[in-house]
Amino acid sequence: MIEFRLPALGADMEEGTLLEWKVKPGDVIRKGQVIAVVDTAKTAIDVEAWQEGIVHRLIAEPGQKMPVGAVMALLLAPGESPPTPEAGVAETGTTAAVAQEDARAEARRRISPAARRRAEALGVDLDTVVGTGPQGAVTLADVESAAHAHASRAADSHAQSMRAAIAAAMTRAKREIPHYYLCEEIPLAKALAWLTSHNAGRPLAERLLPASLLLKAVALALRRYPEFNGFFREGRFVSASQINPGVAITTPQGLLAPALFAADTKPLTVLNHELCELVARTRAGRLTDAELREATVTVSNLGDQGPQAAFAVIVPPQVAIIAFGRILERPWASEGRLEAIPTVMASLSADHRVSDGHRGGLLLREIAENLQHPEEMEA
Amino acid sequence: MSYREAMRAAMREALQNDARVVLMGEDVGRYGGTYAFSKGFLAEFGSERILDTPLSELGFVGAGIGAALGGLRPIVEIMTVNFSLLALDQIVNTAALFRHMSGGQFSVPLVIRMATGAGRQLAAQHSHSFEGLYAHIPGIKVLAPATVQDARWMLAPALADPDPVVIFEHAGLFNLEGEVTEAPEWDIAHARVRRAGSDVALITYGGSLPKALEAAESLCRDGIEAEVLDLRVLRPLDEETLIASVRKCRRAVVIDENWRSGSLAAEIMARIMERAFYELDAPVARVASEEVPIPYPRHLEQAALPQPEKIIAAVKGLYA
Repeated sequence: MIEFRLPALGADMEEGTLLEWKVKPGDVIRKGQVIAVVDTAKTAIDVEAWQEGIVHRLIAEPGQKMPVGAVMALLLAPGESPPTPEAGVAETGTTAAVAQEDARAEARRRISPAARRRAEALGVDLDTVVGTGPQGAVTLADVESAAHAHASRAADSHAQSMRAAIAAAMTRAKREIPHYYLCEEIPLAKALAWLTSHNAGRPLAERLLPASLLLKAVALALRRYPEFNGFFREGRFVSASQINPGVAITTPQGLLAPALFAADTKPLTVLNHELCELVARTRAGRLTDAELREATVTVSNLGDQGPQAAFAVIVPPQVAIIAFGRILERPWASEGRLEAIPTVMASLSADHRVSDGHRGGLLLREIAENLQHPEEMEA
Repeated sequence: MSYREAMRAAMREALQNDARVVLMGEDVGRYGGTYAFSKGFLAEFGSERILDTPLSELGFVGAGIGAALGGLRPIVEIMTVNFSLLALDQIVNTAALFRHMSGGQFSVPLVIRMATGAGRQLAAQHSHSFEGLYAHIPGIKVLAPATVQDARWMLAPALADPDPVVIFEHAGLFNLEGEVTEAPEWDIAHARVRRAGSDVALITYGGSLPKALEAAESLCRDGIEAEVLDLRVLRPLDEETLIASVRKCRRAVVIDENWRSGSLAAEIMARIMERAFYELDAPVARVASEEVPIPYPRHLEQAALPQPEKIIAAVKGLYA
């Protein structure tokens, strides 16, 4: 018998709430299969199985809060047969069970068929619903109001706990990380002209976003400046083997920065698609455990509605965050001439324990340079 | 126009348009009809087409079946549903079965009209409701016009039907006034929502329709939006419309002047259980007649029948 325990789904995670089971007893599960969805302080995370087996018994109930390491389910290893209950116990239990069944039938709560069905659809625990129908019957309206109350309570507490998580991380960042800040204005005339011609004639869903181009420019630049891509832990920096920029995304509950894996290696069209999909899943609260844990650097794009420039706070244990302001047409002098072209303010906030301003400046210059050759970033 | 006038206009139109249509029954000719539905018909259409019959339902319904088989389109009027029991053998064993027994060689294009229902202090032998009994029988179509419009326009399609059609006219409706359109709006296959609502479906027909509508108005003042469904056709039942109303409202009360046990209301409740059990938010309730012979004294007669107050109480019982 394999005990499936609640894994730690983030560095700071101490407990989680089971939202739903994706499997039922008797299901054969593969390694890597999503078997449950667990709510952490940050978001709902798909929990994957680490072993093959057959679900024997689900112990945790949806809605139940558990500490990390709690046994959630029992799995049978491949080839293992389910334990048989001891014969004697079963026999003596029979009459008692029948009597109990009778008592339960008499005491069965009045729940209308429509209410029962809606409760199942909404995942509402009928034991927690107060009935207002005849003889205390639970009606459809009772289920719906209970679901509504539950959802608003959950949303409130979810938003609160997410705020608390952001507060803890940002306080730690400002307490522990000696930030330095650099800023560079980057001309975007070529990059945007290239985007316009690339997007011409393509359907809306396939058009590249300026954000994808900026993200790719950062990811490529980080290849040459690995001291900005990695983690500072226990007094020392370890650069990451892969460039996984966390993309800052605003949700109603607060800010999240899930990772876009190996962004430097992906063609722009793929990156663009993955970015759109990541934003959608983040807003829906469906991120994987790895996406939340494995960002190696953060890119914040404040977009059309954002300020001209921003100086962001590093997400520990990362060591750098690059922020782009709003793309604006600005006066630009070059080769003795003044013209109006679109530019963007790129800022770097970096950890002075790991890097110095000189290297930071070079990183920003590299990003600016990449954006002057958009066609080279396509593949 | 009144219900009485509408029914008279419908029969007159049928007699004018089709020479095969004849009217037969007790007192339909010289007396002008027990309820004056055929007043003046004898003078207008003559004694070959307006036939006063002896007081023998078994005989003249049989004659009507023979006439239908012979190529006519007879309308047979039976004074009340209680008396139709005398003709039950002709209706059930002959009219309803002839197509089947003849291997499809003969059909019986007969319309039988009869008054039904209580409320006029005519005592038990003139006041009962047997719609459910007729709706039990395959081979006949059963109609229950509950509005002036339906009184005016249900007869023509009934006469056009190749098989026997029984029309129940609730005597409590005869003085009802209502609008009538120039042409028929509805067929004789569908139920019709008479008042749209969202909270409870009041399912009824015939003489109980005005009572259900009155109850719905009263419930509306208490914040309950009742939908009133007029079945119109009691056999075959328009199950789709019926189930759609129940699915929409999730609560249903069936109002039926038949006695409760084995009634049409019981059949409707069974259909709801079969098709919409999981849509229900409360048990289906019904308001039917008390299981007594309909009494003669007015207060007892009224107490024995479905009434708006009983409908309101049944609806409120679904809520608390």
